[in-house]
Formats: sequence, structure tokens, C-alpha cells
Amino acid sequence: MNVLNEMELSFESRSSNEGFARSSVAAFIAQLDPTIGELNDIRTAVSEAVTNCIVHAYRDTIGKIIVNVKITADNTVIIKVRDKGCGIEDIHKAMEPLFTTAPSEERAGLGFAVMQSFTDSLNVHSRVGKGTTVTLKKNLSRRFGNG
Amino acid sequence: MNSKIYFDGSIMTAELIGEIDHHSAKNARMEIDALIQQKKPAELRLDFSGISFMDSSGIGLIMGRYRMMLLYGGVLRVVNVPHDLERIMILSGLGALDIFERQGEVYECT
Ligand SMILES: Nc1ncnc2c1ncn2[C@@H]1O[C@H](COP(=O)(O)OP(=O)(O)OP(=O)(O)O)[C@@H](O)[C@H]1O
Ligand SMILES: [Mg+2]
Repeated sequence: MNVLNEMELSFESRSSNEGFARSSVAAFIAQLDPTIGELNDIRTAVSEAVTNCIVHAYRDTIGKIIVNVKITADNTVIIKVRDKGCGIEDIHKAMEPLFTTAPSEERAGLGFAVMQSFTDSLNVHSRVGKGTTVTLKKNLSRRFGNG
Repeated sequence: MNSKIYFDGSIMTAELIGEIDHHSAKNARMEIDALIQQKKPAELRLDFSGISFMDSSGIGLIMGRYRMMLLYGGVLRVVNVPHDLERIMILSGLGALDIFERQGEVYECT
């Protein structure tokens, strides 16, 4: 994996940072000249991952969220969203569409389903009491002017 | 996100403008629900034409208003969904509820 460029954001788990996180990642990706569709997919997936840290990982507390973005030579964007929150007990169950532990807060249980459908690969690593890392990969179509 | 809410007889329309995420959905929800409880409209129309971004929080917002309208004996219509948002709407399975309407015609969401 040949990394051409990398950036990292660290911010507090306040809901007002959701827009900041997805917009910042989109601004970084813009150098690859992505299509509007690709950019929208990435913004949506990042929004899901970051919101999960705020709503679930750091429920009733404020913690740090780290978003790391790598651009590789084969035009792939690798996004890691990391928290040191409560962790996920059963990842398989958590990833089932419509499964949510917060139905009373109007959570649809669709975050992971959206991340899966809007990217090319989704990987979730979690340890109860330690935190969760979500890795999203998206291959961008190669267009004139890239590189 | 901002919302412009207006009434035409027993029809309440909420024009949503901007980006829907977990942060912005909270205020819109409170504003809309307060008016539903107060006016008990027969129909609530959520107009998405001004929405430039939405994640699953938007699905939660729609589902919640659907239940709310059911509770008060009214119906929900979701209108003018921009092309960019069709994928997430379809993924949500909300198509089964028959609430979508676009340019006067109902379209299938399966
Ligand atoms: N970072 C995280 N830390 C702890 N638990 C998490 C984290 N991300 C997800 N979860 C758990 O996985 C479940 C499913 O997450 P998912 O994003 O699919 O749905 P949701 O957040 O509940 O609802 P929605 O995303 O539709 O608003 C959550 O309800 C929560 O229990
Ligand atoms: Mg979620």
C-alpha cells in the first residue's frame, strides 16, 4: 500500500462537530477530483461513523474522536474513525440493518448499513471498555487530472 | 438545517433546508412535533427539496414523524426528494410505508 498523502483530525465528541468532520474529509479528498457522487458517499459514510462515536461510544460524556485519512497510489481513500469509548459487545449484531441500542432517540439502526453500501469496504474493530475503530475504503474512479 | 412551516387548512407543510444530521435533526424534530401536537393536522408534508445532505438521522426523522402522525390519526407525505438522496431512502426500507411523493406522482421505493 503506497500512501501518497495523509491527514488526521482530532476533535471532541460534540454533535456540533459532525458537519465539521465530514466537510473536512471531503475537502481533503477534493484533490483527487472525485465525482459529486463519490464525494457525497464519503461525506455520508463519515457522518455515520462520527455520529456513532458521539451517540454511542461516548454516551453522556465527551471524549476524543480521531479521523485519519490516507490516499493511496491506486486512487483509494482509506478512512479510519477511532474512539476510546464503550466499545461494541457483539459486532455482528450491531451491523445488522435496523439493529439499534438507542431506539428511543430515533436512531434507525442503519448507520453500518449505510457505511457498507456507500463505500467499497467496511471493517469494524472493537473492544468493550476500550473503544472502536471503523475503517472505510473507497476506490475512486480515475479521472483526467488526478495524481 | 432550517425549517419553514406553513399551514393550508388541515395540511401542515415543513420545508426543510440545509443538511440533516444527528445534530441538526434535534431542533427540527422539536419544532415540528410541537406544531403537530398543537394543530393536529390531517396531513404532514415534509418537503426535502432544500436538503443538500442527509445521513441515517434523516431516516430517523421521517420514521419518528410517521409514528407521530399515526398517533394523531393523520398521514405523512415525503415530497420532492432530491436525486442524491434517493439511494439512502431506498436503503432505509421506508418505501414499504408508501409515504413518498414526487412532483405529484408517487414513485416506488423498493
Ligand atoms: N463507535 C461505537 N461505539 C459503541 N457502540 C457503537 C458504535 N458504533 C455503533 N455502535 C453500536 O452499534 C449499533 C448499530 O449502529 P448503527 O450506526 O448501525 O445504528 P444506530 O447508530 O443505532 O442508528 P442510526 O445510525 O441509524 O442512527 C448502535 O445502536 C450501537 O449499539
Ligand atoms: Mg449510527
